[in-house]
Amino acid sequence: MALLEVRDIAKTYHRGARSVPAIDRFSITVEEGEFVSIVGPSGCGKSTFLHILGGFESPDGGTMLLNGAPIVGPGPDRGMVFQEFALFPWRSVAGNVGWALEVQRVPKAKRLAVAAKYLKLVGLTAFADVYPGELSGGMKQRAALARVLAFEPRILLMDEPFGALDAQTRELMQEELNTIWQETRKTVLFVTHDIEEAIYLSDRVIVFTTRPGRLKDEVRIELARPRRIDVKKSAEYMAYRNRIWDSLRAEVLKTREETG
Amino acid sequence: MNGAARGALARKGAAASLALLVVFLAAWEWGPGLLRIPTFIVPPLSMVYAEFFRMLHLNNLVVHTGVTAAEVLAGFALGSLLGALGGYLLGMSRVAELALSPYILALQIAPKVAFAPLFILWMGFTVYPKILVAILIVFFPVMINVLTAIRAVDPDLVNLARSFKATRAQIFWSIEFPSTMPPLFAGLRIGSTLAVVGVVVGELVGGNLGLGYLLSFGEGQANTPMVFVSILMLTLIGGIAYVLVIVVERRVLHYMPARAYGGI
Repeated sequence: MALLEVRDIAKTYHRGARSVPAIDRFSITVEEGEFVSIVGPSGCGKSTFLHILGGFESPDGGTMLLNGAPIVGPGPDRGMVFQEFALFPWRSVAGNVGWALEVQRVPKAKRLAVAAKYLKLVGLTAFADVYPGELSGGMKQRAALARVLAFEPRILLMDEPFGALDAQTRELMQEELNTIWQETRKTVLFVTHDIEEAIYLSDRVIVFTTRPGRLKDEVRIELARPRRIDVKKSAEYMAYRNRIWDSLRAEVLKTREETG
Repeated sequence: MNGAARGALARKGAAASLALLVVFLAAWEWGPGLLRIPTFIVPPLSMVYAEFFRMLHLNNLVVHTGVTAAEVLAGFALGSLLGALGGYLLGMSRVAELALSPYILALQIAPKVAFAPLFILWMGFTVYPKILVAILIVFFPVMINVLTAIRAVDPDLVNLARSFKATRAQIFWSIEFPSTMPPLFAGLRIGSTLAVVGVVVGELVGGNLGLGYLLSFGEGQANTPMVFVSILMLTLIGGIAYVLVIVVERRVLHYMPARAYGGI
């Protein structure tokens, strides 16, 4: 049985008399330990889909099963990583990482141990006592990742996590996430508009159509693991890139016609 | 900018400030004489200085200053407390906010100091009407800042808390309340200076205690230096209140990057 099974999810927003369909009968299954990316033109509903999976919004129809149980509302089995980091500015890095455990009333000694473990994993041990205001964007996102991992969710839901970072930091973070994934083998559903990032990180790339979001294409990435960043220069990688870009291009053009 | 450069810049700014002060005081002392301005219009610095000591001995300046300071403190403390409470309560309930917002807006538009005569009619020539004006005037900026901040809490933070199954109380105490701290302190800063305004207007309207009373007494006697001394003492009280707020703010908001403060 797959870890995540989503069937025929649909969502329409109503703004006054107008209704804007965001997702149209989208289905996906994700295996335990799999890294799946969703790419699509901006505004195609891919982030909405992640928010529905997170339980922050409810779908109009369809079924969602995580580990066989229906998804109802938010829960600690799904760890959400946000584009804007969503760190608590008034808590130190260690305080941020330990926060979820504090909510769950885990004893302090255990909390500190778990925080230390995940700070080490993301390479922030030396910054445990620093406040987020003093961190760079990349470090903030590493702290946010440690925080969500500390809760040990079944699946990570990452909503354009590197979208707010500059190009160089972005590339470093991709490498770092790749390493962390290699170590933890967490199941990840990763939403991005960056095709190269999606290919480099994923086992499978899903292409969304323009709004309403539907499955347009699905590409299995057979690049050998563990992957080094050099893989981006390989012919195989370029072939994937062209294949997905061709698929996405038509959708991006459609979006452009609609929005002028 | 590195620490050394910032330090150098701060020293330059402080030196320029000090130079300005010296120029200002000199202009105050000798300017009126040079421009032939009568001393009952602008008394030179030395006259105001002499009047200060005269008032210390003959007019119970310490008592009047103490009364005004106590009223400011009480008005500011109660006004901020009620303002913050009001902000949190309205922030919790959309319905309450919608129901009360027209009245809040009306009260906010009404010039609060205009209530001073009314309060004196109600409570007589005591300290209470002065404190009440201060409470009323401090209440709004604090409440509005807290309410706006509650509305602006990062929805991602709340979503995160929801996925960790945080209770409503946990969301309030660990997310909403700390999120409102920076705007709350911005409101307190404004409130600390407004409290002085409220108290002075109350004292001007009635009673025989406080710096506001000395202001109108000095005016009645055409004693311009006395008016100046009173204004200076009021400024001093407001300044101390403002600095106290900043001292507490820096302790509470220690996690904010230093540049967020700018100057004062």
